[in-house]
Amino acid sequence: MFRRICLLLLPCLLLPACGSVWNDPYPAAEQGQNIMYSAFTDRPKHLDPVQSYSEDEATFLYQIYEPPLQYHYLKRPYTLVPGSAAAMPEVRRYDDAGRELPATAPASQVAKSVYEIRIRPGVLYQPHPALARRADGTLRYAELRAEDLKGVRGVGDFAETGTRELEAGDFVHQIKRLAHPRLHSPIFELIADYLPGLKTLQSALAEEAARNSGWIDLERHAVPGVEVVDRYTYRITLKGAYPQFLYWLSMPFFAPVPPEADRFYGQPGMAERNLTLDWWPIGTGPYMLAENNPNARMVLARNPNFRGEAYPCEGEHGDREAGLLDDCGKTMPFVDEVVFTREREGIPYWNKFLQGYYDASGVSSDNFDQAVTMTSQGDVTLSDEMRAQGIRLLTSVSPSIFYLGFNVLDNVLGGGESAEGQTRARKLRQAISIALDMDEFISIFLNGRGVVAMHPIPPGIFGAREGEAGINPVVYEWRDGRPVRRSREVARRLLAEAGYPDGRDAKTGEPLILNLDTTPGGLGDKARSDWLAKQFRELGVQFVVRATDYNRFQDKIREGNAQMFFFGWNADYPDPENMLFLLHGAQAKVKESGQNAANYVNPEYDRLFEKMKSMPDGPERQAVIDRMVAILQQDAPWIFGFHPKAYSLQHAWVLNRKTGSMVRNTLKYQRIDLGRRDAARAQWNRPIVWPLGLLAVLVVAALAPAFVHYRRRERATAVGGRG
Amino acid sequence: MFAYIVRRLLYAVPILIGVNLVTFGLFFVVNSPDDMARMQLGVKRVTPEAIERWKAERGYDRPLFFNAKAAGSGQVTDTIFFQKSLRMFAFDFGRADDGRDIAQEMRDRMGPSLALALPTFVMGLFASISFALILVFFRASYLDFWGVVLCVAMMSISSLFYIIGGQWLVSKLWALVPISGYAPGLDAWRFLVLPVAISVIAGVGSNARWYRTIFLEEVSRDYVRTARAKGLSERVVLFRHVLKNAMIPILTGVVVVIPLLFMGSLLVESFFGIPGLGSYTIDAINAQDFAVVRAMVFIGSVLYIVGLILTDISYTLVDPRVRLE
Repeated sequence: MFRRICLLLLPCLLLPACGSVWNDPYPAAEQGQNIMYSAFTDRPKHLDPVQSYSEDEATFLYQIYEPPLQYHYLKRPYTLVPGSAAAMPEVRRYDDAGRELPATAPASQVAKSVYEIRIRPGVLYQPHPALARRADGTLRYAELRAEDLKGVRGVGDFAETGTRELEAGDFVHQIKRLAHPRLHSPIFELIADYLPGLKTLQSALAEEAARNSGWIDLERHAVPGVEVVDRYTYRITLKGAYPQFLYWLSMPFFAPVPPEADRFYGQPGMAERNLTLDWWPIGTGPYMLAENNPNARMVLARNPNFRGEAYPCEGEHGDREAGLLDDCGKTMPFVDEVVFTREREGIPYWNKFLQGYYDASGVSSDNFDQAVTMTSQGDVTLSDEMRAQGIRLLTSVSPSIFYLGFNVLDNVLGGGESAEGQTRARKLRQAISIALDMDEFISIFLNGRGVVAMHPIPPGIFGAREGEAGINPVVYEWRDGRPVRRSREVARRLLAEAGYPDGRDAKTGEPLILNLDTTPGGLGDKARSDWLAKQFRELGVQFVVRATDYNRFQDKIREGNAQMFFFGWNADYPDPENMLFLLHGAQAKVKESGQNAANYVNPEYDRLFEKMKSMPDGPERQAVIDRMVAILQQDAPWIFGFHPKAYSLQHAWVLNRKTGSMVRNTLKYQRIDLGRRDAARAQWNRPIVWPLGLLAVLVVAALAPAFVHYRRRERATAVGGRG
Repeated sequence: MFAYIVRRLLYAVPILIGVNLVTFGLFFVVNSPDDMARMQLGVKRVTPEAIERWKAERGYDRPLFFNAKAAGSGQVTDTIFFQKSLRMFAFDFGRADDGRDIAQEMRDRMGPSLALALPTFVMGLFASISFALILVFFRASYLDFWGVVLCVAMMSISSLFYIIGGQWLVSKLWALVPISGYAPGLDAWRFLVLPVAISVIAGVGSNARWYRTIFLEEVSRDYVRTARAKGLSERVVLFRHVLKNAMIPILTGVVVVIPLLFMGSLLVESFFGIPGLGSYTIDAINAQDFAVVRAMVFIGSVLYIVGLILTDISYTLVDPRVRLE
């Protein structure tokens, strides 16, 4: 018996000697390949460049499409450089009489701005069946019948692919797609304000869409204000001055799309097979979508037709020391394929990162303590365990803000129509701003992953001042070279001046009750509410959490029925306009359906905003911003919460990785040291098989007495003796 | 039997209409078409005009149940409920709100769900019944006692603990199989072995206890005493006679879930990265995608009804006394 067990266990004991890795989640054929491995949690909703507007989608889309402009990978502050454009656009501004204005002319004089964009010649699209042509030059798959699509599940199922050179008309075609009534581009209204021709086009397209449920040929329609100058040049004429338009030109909304793609995907039977531009993009970028199974994995493969691009040779201070300039001048992309695996849960994602099966990972609250340690000085360093694995930590402050908004339409927090009421309400808001200790909030609930916001503009964006000049003087004072939060005594005094001494209405004696409108959160939500209640209690104010589902919460915000609320904003582009507009009167949520959820209106602020938004960066613009910020700090329509800090971990074999939320086409810059990765994976994932043997022994040990018992019972006679 | 099945299928029609009505009512109590549009279009920079356009394009600009502005039968037919429900009874589920074909999505996800659910079901059933029969065989002994204690302990532990513990122990510490992921074809076994094992272990405690109760009731019957009296071994008594006669209660609980295996498992699929149907409904609820929610609830109801009919049919197979009339 013992010999038999030993023979059974022998292979188990010998297997580790083979040295193979058993828990590798990737196919054996991928071993040693130049592939980067990453993960995604939520499936992308849209991959159509006129619809996509979220960060998870940007991860894919920015690698496939090449808008005219892009951000420099290494330079900070963020700098725009040409992408598919040959050079930065030429911008000419004209007054009402059609006279050209100098660049320094005030925005009020500008009647129109003309952007002339010259694109790079010789740029080719990725291989795609929509571009396949017969010998006679006609499109190979332009008139497909139902039987031609039998067995077709993806663009890879078409036998032939083709390509062609990028033309200026493709950019114009994409601009027309912004107005397509069936595509619902989120930026249509915004861009149409400056490009009214889009509205004209949309009316025409809507009429045609009502008559024709199939493909609409955009080539038969023109968009006033946008024209093709020649094969490699196109021109956009905007109403007035809108310098931020350059930032929009770095987004896929303005990336080129060949008209052939719309024609190809518009054929009957295509959408039923999920063959749409929303599912299978077609671009000129360094990568193309080779596999699209958003339930399991998505694969970006190197675009064989990519023009090649040189790795940057300049960066910011410290980049050279960090090795970020080592690949200067080398042709990108470096990685052949990027495999994204869907991980719905954080635990397997984290464990696979530690096993070396993902090249990089974020740091969630669950694994924060395992990944990071805080020094006594409050600095963040990697834990010993991470350091032993050669993992590196990258941090950066995101161009985002999370704030607590006060709805100024509320009588208590807004003060109503009278000047006296408004002054009292302002003091109340200031008192709460002081009382809610955001430093403590960040420390407790974010593990320190945030920077206290002094105003809406995140660090790193023009207009955000640092040091003493950058503090919010209502909430902080500068002491010993650092900002110190004002005492609760100051808050109590302001509260008394607001008419609520010790948190009670001075006239009626009723306690002041303030409500936080929110959606029910997950774990930690109760703790956050308790913490907030404690902060308000310190002032003697009663605090009530009014939790509703997401839809009702949005309704409350839209209708102005919320009192206090947590909101956030992720900057679209690194310009103060994109943050300060959140408090612009013309954006008031209730009146204008805009983004100003606090419904804050201040005529001086609004006037300065209109002036500031089209000014070039410089001391003059800074002065205007300083005044606007001062107004906001005094009026306190928000508690300026925090700017989140992004923590990212990467293995030692990942090279050229630099954080920076604005730069989204990052994959082409990154490189993998394959030898190092393979060695680490093999070392970290040696299978341990002795527990299987032990398990077998335990099973046998457990069954043996049962077997003995069975045999004894079967052999027993009715009188109790043995048979 | 044929007439019985036809009658049961006809009964299913009003049940399905009722389920559809309840799903529709519950969904639109919580979500309005405006909310659905906002969810799809995003909260950033969405305008009221864009919301109206989205609703009109997808037919959500009609009243829910009754269209007072329409004439004649249009008052009922020109409504969201009618327009969205009718085609479903022909199993035409249409598109999800993100434009993707629902039937295609279901077909894609069904395979991985079945690859996980089928072995889990078969092995779980085998393990539970075997374990229960062993406990019954050793009834009233210390083995039975500790076996029941083990069952109670196993059923008291959260399935999440089995999953996380199993992943940590088997995949992370011992590095024997991948922690999560999936591969089509034969390579799938590497990814399925751990979730199947964990699902079987997590379910064996409660199932074995349930089957043990059934078998214990059965072994006290007269025919068992007769079988023993004529000298049959205990193994033959249990596996040939008791198991066969305990089939009716077992089938009641088992056959009905067979069609539902297609629907997948939310928790296990999520943690093990198996791209099945388990999370499709939850994802749709979170995305406020009514088209997917109603399709999944409808399919679930149909499969449940099919399961109940199959259960009735299975009774006739194991007990000749049962006749379906």
